[in-house]
Amino acid sequence: MSDSRDELQAYTVRLELVDRPGELLRALEPIADNGGNLLSIFHERGNLTPRGHIPVEVDLEAAPDRFEGIVDALRAEGINVIQAGAEVYAEEVTVLLIGHLVRTDLSDTLDRIEDSIDSSVEDFALSAPENTDGKSSARLRLATQSGETDAALATIRSIAAEKDFRVVEPLTAGGGA
Amino acid sequence: MRLAVVGAGAVGSSVAELAGEYGHTVTALADSQSAVVDPDGIDVQAGLDRKSAEGVVGDGDVADALEGSYDVLVEATPTTLGHAQPGFGHVETALERDRHVVLANKGPVAERYGDLRDLERASAGAVRFEATVGGAIPVLSTVEDFGPSHISAARGVLNGTANFILSRMAAEGLGYEHVLAEAQDLGVAEADPSFDVEGTDAALKCVILANVLAEDREYTLADATVEGISDLPGSALELANEDGRTIRLIGEVTDGEVRVGPRLVPEHAALAVTGTRNIVQLETTHAGQLNVSGRGAGGPETATAVLADVDRLPPLG
Repeated sequence: MSDSRDELQAYTVRLELVDRPGELLRALEPIADNGGNLLSIFHERGNLTPRGHIPVEVDLEAAPDRFEGIVDALRAEGINVIQAGAEVYAEEVTVLLIGHLVRTDLSDTLDRIEDSIDSSVEDFALSAPENTDGKSSARLRLATQSGETDAALATIRSIAAEKDFRVVEPLTAGGGA
Repeated sequence: MRLAVVGAGAVGSSVAELAGEYGHTVTALADSQSAVVDPDGIDVQAGLDRKSAEGVVGDGDVADALEGSYDVLVEATPTTLGHAQPGFGHVETALERDRHVVLANKGPVAERYGDLRDLERASAGAVRFEATVGGAIPVLSTVEDFGPSHISAARGVLNGTANFILSRMAAEGLGYEHVLAEAQDLGVAEADPSFDVEGTDAALKCVILANVLAEDREYTLADATVEGISDLPGSALELANEDGRTIRLIGEVTDGEVRVGPRLVPEHAALAVTGTRNIVQLETTHAGQLNVSGRGAGGPETATAVLADVDRLPPLG
């Protein structure tokens, strides 16, 4: 009756790819096939490693018990995995914001979130309403320093209270916040 | 055991209908207006037929049922807040007569837990209320088996109506009003859906869980932070979906706090149950996470939990 897929964790995997067509796709497939959710890919084409490979940094999220399987699958495909793990990188948190986001100065909102908790907005998607009175929704992914996720959520909550919009928060591991 | 069933809605009538199959005798069945009482066992079907034909189950009234001959009072009247009347009064009468009580009504356990436990202590009867949290799902008995001190947190999807609406909005890309109308046509949502979609029903269940888990304080609905789903636009679910997530109305009991609100969860997470299904996830101190899921509402489903409680009661002395 148990299932541990609830607590997704963000991981960064650093790969070195051979400079050959299709190599990047070949590296991403084992991630998706093994339950990883790709968050971003930083592909430093033109910047070669001393061995003449192309460094690629992949951010993904996966359940902790599946992450090892992803790394194994990459290696089984002959992909060169340089570094894999969550510990060296920041935490990430995704929230939804709902309300009059544009009218309440969206860029101010984002600036304040970034400034107040030393975090960076990694991804932002806005769905504007069909009419001017309607509410917008936005999805925001933040990278924070390790252990700062709760503080980040608290900041977002207080800005939301001030600007009268809603926050749909994730369930954090252990349920805190 | 001899059962007096007070409340003849979906749950009460299912309990009365199924009691025989479980080896029990129904000695009284009452609704708010009327009652049928017989110490040798009533004709349940005749009572229910009369209710649908004439609007009354019999010629007696609730007081006759409460004063009649029974071992267990099954309290299945509609949940009321605040003083939780008339349900609380029914429970009080039965306990003062040293009878057992099994509740399907959430009011007395969510709003007056301390008073209820005081009455129980003074009585030879015992109180059980599995049916008040998660319908057929054995949530409270699991907590009891593990021991409340071995459970550090509980969270879950505890309202089928809200969950149906959110799952349909996500799956079909439809707006809240559209899906609500569909849910009302299907009988999944009531004409006034506010109790479900504003989070009150889920919050009451979380408050009951908090009362069972807490060792040193009593909770009521006023202690819960509650947000509903009625103002969530379809675009919020679309944005969640693009990112491999979805939104569920999640109730949580953590660190002494009770909180209900829409939350982002991974779309394949155990908590992202679809349709009217419910799930409860318990964090245990020595055994990790435990998930129990199933049907969280409905007459026969909730009656199953009531009758399981009846079987857990000790014989009356």
